[in-house]
Amino acid sequence: MTASESAPAARGGVLSFARDLWDTLRRPSSVFALGVLVLGGFVAGVVFWGAFNTALEVTNTEKFCTSCHEMRENVFEELKTTIHFSNRSGVRATCPDCHVPHNWTDKIARKMQASKEVWGKIFGTIDTREKFLEHRLELALHEWARMKANDSLECRNCHSAESMDITKQSPRAADTHQRLLFTGQKTCIDCHKGIAHKLPDMRNVPGWQ
Amino acid sequence: MKRRIAILALSALVALGGGSALLAQTQSGLRGTTPLDQEGPAARMTPTRNTTEREVRNYPEQPPLIPHSIDGYQVDLNGNKCLSCHARARTGESQAPMISITHFMDRDGQFLASVSPRRFFCTQCHVPQHEV
Repeated sequence: MTASESAPAARGGVLSFARDLWDTLRRPSSVFALGVLVLGGFVAGVVFWGAFNTALEVTNTEKFCTSCHEMRENVFEELKTTIHFSNRSGVRATCPDCHVPHNWTDKIARKMQASKEVWGKIFGTIDTREKFLEHRLELALHEWARMKANDSLECRNCHSAESMDITKQSPRAADTHQRLLFTGQKTCIDCHKGIAHKLPDMRNVPGWQ
Repeated sequence: MKRRIAILALSALVALGGGSALLAQTQSGLRGTTPLDQEGPAARMTPTRNTTEREVRNYPEQPPLIPHSIDGYQVDLNGNKCLSCHARARTGESQAPMISITHFMDRDGQFLASVSPRRFFCTQCHVPQHEV
């Protein structure tokens, strides 16, 4: 028997298996009661949904992000020197607080986008410091564009303009927030770039030199 | 003889006085009254003076002091956080004082279109102050 003869037979096997499976699935069950099927489906749904969400939340932790050296040795090191890591009250932001939307639909959309980052990890797009610095502007532009588009949603999860007591701010901050933030002319990221990580080459970024 | 004694006493008094003045001067230094062979307590770190009000210059050519906090401001080859408010084109929106036009001059007195590289690193001359 040659390879050319066995191939159609194998294809026929797969096809007939699929047909059998389909026939079984579309026929009403003659063994299990409807109640068992419904309850079983319900329980299986809970289990699978729980597992999915748990797996999703595991990928949504700082520990997971910094398990890759690309994140641990570049952006995480830089975060450590900023006020979002260490400050007077000890409240701190972790990676997903700023980089993953908290709203479920937006979160899933972001997670699907992140599959591109898995590709980057596998092929080592930023696996050295030099490569990371080379890509820093591109990476930063993505984040700025995202935050500009959603009106700095991730900032506002903690920093609400409504709860800002501008009398507690420095005169400079109070004035600027009143003029530009409260009137909706600007969003957080327009002015607060480079607050959690080092800046890329800012020469062609609007508002920078 | 009486006069000589008086002069001696006077000079001793002057020497003593000078000495104590010198001692007082040493004590008013940065290390305070801690004896030289001991380490005193470190001074507390104080917050930056953050008034946004111009400070009086101590002499006409003094680089103006920065009347606000500059914690975490990045000034390097990639970008200059100070200039994102104090650059000429940014002052309208930021309402911050524009950097002096002398900063556009190179060392030969020629005016450039933008900030001269030798004036780029702001904190070489301009510094914030701490509450003491």
